[in-house]
Amino acid sequence: MSTPAVATSDKFEIGGRAFTSRLIIGTGKYRTFEEMKAAHRASGAEMVTVAVRRVPLDRSTESFLDHLDPSLAILPNTAGCYTAEEAIRTARLAREALGTDLIKLEVIGDQTTLFPDNEQTLEAARVLAREGFIVLPYFTDDLIMAKKLLDAGCPAVMPLAAPIGSGLGIQNPANLRIMREQLPDATIIVDAGVGTASDAAIAMELGADAVLMNTAIAEARDSAKMAQAMKLAIEAGRLAYEAGRMSKRLYASASSPLSGVVR
Amino acid sequence: MRIQVNGEPREFEENLSLPKLVAELNLKPEQIAIELNHNVVRRSQWENTLLQADDKVEIVHFVGGGSNQRQAR
Repeated sequence: MSTPAVATSDKFEIGGRAFTSRLIIGTGKYRTFEEMKAAHRASGAEMVTVAVRRVPLDRSTESFLDHLDPSLAILPNTAGCYTAEEAIRTARLAREALGTDLIKLEVIGDQTTLFPDNEQTLEAARVLAREGFIVLPYFTDDLIMAKKLLDAGCPAVMPLAAPIGSGLGIQNPANLRIMREQLPDATIIVDAGVGTASDAAIAMELGADAVLMNTAIAEARDSAKMAQAMKLAIEAGRLAYEAGRMSKRLYASASSPLSGVVR
Repeated sequence: MRIQVNGEPREFEENLSLPKLVAELNLKPEQIAIELNHNVVRRSQWENTLLQADDKVEIVHFVGGGSNQRQAR
C-alpha cells in the first residue's frame, strides 16, 4: 500500500481523548454493512457518528452498533431533531444508552436545505453543556455564533462547509479562515458539504482541526477508495497548514539568478 | 391499561415494570434507552419503574446516519 505519511506530532483532542486521525466519518447512506466497514477501515478514522431512533415495535432488528469496528469511538448525533427540546431529549437518551458524554448536536431549521437552526442549537447547547455533555454543535459558519457556542461550554464548534450531502466543498473559505484567526485556541471541525478529497485538504489548509463527512465517502462510486483519498487529503492539508505556506504574489518571482545566462 | 409506546397506543396488563415491557416487546435490553413522559429512565431504575395508564414511553436505539431529507417528520 502507500508509505506511511510523515506523522504530525500533535494529536487532535476531544472530550479528554486524543485522536491521531483528523477525519470523523458517518454511518449513513452505505449500500451494505460490508461496504461501510471497508470504507471505515480505509479512512483511518477513529470516531464515527450514529443516529438515535425509535426501536421498531413490529419486528426485531439487529444491533447496528455490532456492525461497527469496536475500536471506533462512537459519537451519537441528534439527527432529525428540529427543536432544542427534541435534541436535548435525544442527547439524554443517547448518553443513557451508550454511557458517553459526547454528543454531536444537530438541530435542523428546514427540511429542504437542512440548514441548522442556530438559535435552537445554542439553546440546546447551553442546557446540555450544563448537564455535563461534551457538546459538538453543527452550525452555519458564523463567527459570532461560534463565540456564543464556545462561551456556552462547547469544547469545539462544527461549522458547515456547504449544505449536508451537497458535496459543494468549502463555500466560504474566507469565513473559515477568519474564524480560525479570530479563535486561535478553539477546536474547529468542518462538518457537512465536503465532496471530494481536495475539499478536505482545503478545510485543513484553512486551519480546521478536523473534518467530519459522510456522503462524500458513502456516495462515491468506490467508497473505500474515496475514504483513503480523504485520509491522505486531510493529512496533506494538515501538513501544509503546519508547514506555513508561501505568500501569494501578483507577479512572478524568479527562482534562479538573473545573470550568467548564455546568450 | 393503555399506554403509548413510540407514539403508538398499546394495551398491557397492570403492574408493568420497564424490564417487563421490554420483554413483552421482544426487545434486547442492551443498547437501548428508555424515556418515560419525557424523562430518561436510567437502566438501574428500570426494575423500580411501574407504568401507569396514559404513560408515554419512548424506546430508542442507534442506527446509521445523520440528518437527511428522507427522514419522516
